[in-house]
Amino acid sequence: MFTEEQIKRYARQIILPEVGGVGQKKLLEAKVLVVGAGGLGSPAIQFLAAAGVGKLGIADGDNVDISNLQRQTIHAGNLGINKAESAKLFVEKLNPDVEVVTYPYHLSAENIREVIREYDVILDCTDNFVARFLINDACVIERKPFVHAAVLRFEGEMMTIIPPETACYRCVFRHAPPPGSVPSCQEAGVLGVTTGVLGTLQAAEAVKIILGIGETLANRMLHVDLLTMDFTELKIRRDENCPVCSGRVTEIIPEKYVESCQL
Amino acid sequence: MTAANIDNNRNNKNSDRPTHTLDLRGEVCPFTFVKTKLKLEEIDSGEVLEVIFDHQPAVEDVPRSVKTEGHEVLSIEEIGDNLWRVVIKKR
Repeated sequence: MFTEEQIKRYARQIILPEVGGVGQKKLLEAKVLVVGAGGLGSPAIQFLAAAGVGKLGIADGDNVDISNLQRQTIHAGNLGINKAESAKLFVEKLNPDVEVVTYPYHLSAENIREVIREYDVILDCTDNFVARFLINDACVIERKPFVHAAVLRFEGEMMTIIPPETACYRCVFRHAPPPGSVPSCQEAGVLGVTTGVLGTLQAAEAVKIILGIGETLANRMLHVDLLTMDFTELKIRRDENCPVCSGRVTEIIPEKYVESCQL
Repeated sequence: MTAANIDNNRNNKNSDRPTHTLDLRGEVCPFTFVKTKLKLEEIDSGEVLEVIFDHQPAVEDVPRSVKTEGHEVLSIEEIGDNLWRVVIKKR
């Protein structure tokens, strides 16, 4: 069932009672899409590939810039290369068991549903509200589990959404804040470690969803503050009036995914 | 016949006779346990597996880890010079 090399490669996690050979097989058969190969996506991709997730989709339209390397360590040596392609180079060196499919462009209202259909779990590793609402709405409509995370300075937040059972991102945030009201990492800064912690936690959630183990952050918003080392969580609940997970919205209408993303 | 062997025979019920054998000579920890665990996943509950190895630390490690996963260790015996046999019943 496993090659000699696979037994050696995955020994440390096959030993885990929660994984074993059965779980390792699930991981090797799993398909995960990472949207954004930046600060959050880099560590997520690294650990999902290391764990032997069989198929990794990586979507990013940006190229590696020197200002990325303070947190996006998988892109070492790849300045100027598209991030999805750069991430693929990293994964190929780390683990040949992983098939990488690159989407070297930004997922949009036009293409997102078609892309996510190919995957079991989606990680939202993006850095803007339009993308977050787009991923949320598409995943709820397509009933794909996904893990949201966002970071700023020393802080991060994350939650896991298992449609149609659990609260979605829109149950918590109905629309995007007015442009300019919330600072971006570009303006406010972010510690590389913050993205590392949150992106790694996203990978942990994906592994748990694939294996069906533990408790995910479904119906829970985790807030992490690395300055105080406070990990706090808010219990959240599905909103019956949520336009998306109530089932009212069944199509992604491109015109909605600008600025406020109000439906 | 060694003391361990006699002890093993005394406890030997028909259902405790190994129906699977895993020869792990040449393997070291943690792969002795990893391969034992993978074999145990393949066989049916209640079936008995004998594991042969020549890596001394595995004498303690393999039975302990196997028990942690809920399986029953029926016997541990030294069957030759630097050679051991552990018999495990899958839970």
